Amino acid sequence: MDLRRKAAIVGVGEVGPMRDPGDRSAIHLMLEAARLAMADAGLLPKDIDGLLVGPLLVGAPVTIPSIMGEYLGLELTYADTVDLGGATAAGMVWRAAAAIAAGAANAVLCLTGDAVDPKAFYTRGVRWDGMPAPEFERPYGPMGANSGYALAAMRHAYEYGTTDRQRAKVAVDQRTNACANPRALFYGKPITIEDVLESPVIVDPLHLLEIVMPCSGAIAFIVARPEIARECPHPPVYLLGFGEKITHSLPAYAPSLTTTPIVYTAAKAFEMAGVTPKDIDLVSVYDCYTITVIITLEDAGFCPKGRGGPFVEEHDLTYKGDFPVNTHGGQLSYGQPGLAGGASHIMEAVYQLQGRAGERQVKDCQLAFVNGNGGVLSEQVSLVLGRE
Amino acid sequence: MSEAKEQPKAPLPRPTAISAPFWEAARQGRLLLQYCSRCQKYIFYPRPYCIRCLGELEWREASGRGRVYSFTIVRRPATPAFADKVPYVHAIVELEEGVRMTANIVGCRPEEVRVDMPVRAVFEPAGDDISLVQFAPA
Repeated sequence: MDLRRKAAIVGVGEVGPMRDPGDRSAIHLMLEAARLAMADAGLLPKDIDGLLVGPLLVGAPVTIPSIMGEYLGLELTYADTVDLGGATAAGMVWRAAAAIAAGAANAVLCLTGDAVDPKAFYTRGVRWDGMPAPEFERPYGPMGANSGYALAAMRHAYEYGTTDRQRAKVAVDQRTNACANPRALFYGKPITIEDVLESPVIVDPLHLLEIVMPCSGAIAFIVARPEIARECPHPPVYLLGFGEKITHSLPAYAPSLTTTPIVYTAAKAFEMAGVTPKDIDLVSVYDCYTITVIITLEDAGFCPKGRGGPFVEEHDLTYKGDFPVNTHGGQLSYGQPGLAGGASHIMEAVYQLQGRAGERQVKDCQLAFVNGNGGVLSEQVSLVLGRE
Repeated sequence: MSEAKEQPKAPLPRPTAISAPFWEAARQGRLLLQYCSRCQKYIFYPRPYCIRCLGELEWREASGRGRVYSFTIVRRPATPAFADKVPYVHAIVELEEGVRMTANIVGCRPEEVRVDMPVRAVFEPAGDDISLVQFAPA
């Protein structure tokens, strides 16, 4: 048995992104998003019997699914947290579909979100307490994910000659996309390759404009069995294929920093869906940094290994281009509301496949490839999503 | 607030029962790695058993020779404790024994570091009883 067409995304709720959440907590932002998602799907709390919640990045209470289920008025036959960093939301999609296929639930609400103090920077460092190897990492002053992806970018440049300009092209095209998405934090602020290259280098070789900006917000989506999905107001977006693989946590222990488990996860997702990368109309992949997109395009098979740099230079990655990528702006230009950053790639794929992406609508969008990425290229979840 | 706050100190390793031999050797200027004689493989970081065969591990002295797998120059301090250290090199070194370690590259200017550059382990006193394993150009 596989999960092809066993479940569909039937509604999404988007709160933010915003720089300042005011007095609203991450939980409150997620609860707002949940209401919007239910309204979008034409469903009521009585119709929701499954709940997946992403862990909060700070101040997380325990038993959060029952806390949120109670608030939302849900009676749950399936509830859990999913803890895969940036791959959390993508991991929720297939877990929800598996729960539905197993008969554990009919409609699963998936919640991610975060509220960050826009003035705080140092308070949100990596939590090391109780981890197995902090003594071999912390004394050396790693700058969290920033240095991890800088290490990947530096090694990629060494192995394949990938240039700063090539990476910058990703940020520029995604910013063009954000300028067609009024919700994006960087809406109305186009940038050029020179702007990226002239922005300060934070961790060599990564410039400021190649690095995602944490913000606040929440995204909810509902995965439902096909019988329910067909009655919902918007066209169902089916899960056609998925793959998941986790190989490491810290970058020093990654099997490779230039070839990722996406090689496996994407191949598995495409095989289950019965399609190839050439069939894909929209690529909506995790972009915490510019290099993440280049490596993902290579490992998912959209271009040969090592050719991601030239590929992004030769193709127009905007919504009006020949190879649309992250048409909502990506997290680089939409903002990264905690784990909802990863959910933003799913949300955009749903909007595009349902034909309601507005000004940035990709013509005749039938098939989308989504990738969630956690840690430093650590957790990978690939999805193929499609129309009826 | 007129008086400047004392700058927090960079975090030091806190050896565990499993990692103590590594840090004790580092204090003496030696690099020890765990080795599984059944799998004929080294592992790092220290663990209570071999992650391939679940068997016993032994400590062996390593060559200290390796190459820079990748590096970055940190230009903004990762935490306030590193404010007076920027810019510094955060690197992953691949040892001849096949394992990778996080370290700083010392003994040269950050701009001189290259991927695949040969390096050797050096031992940097960091506290009364602790020396960090660092790497310098070979």
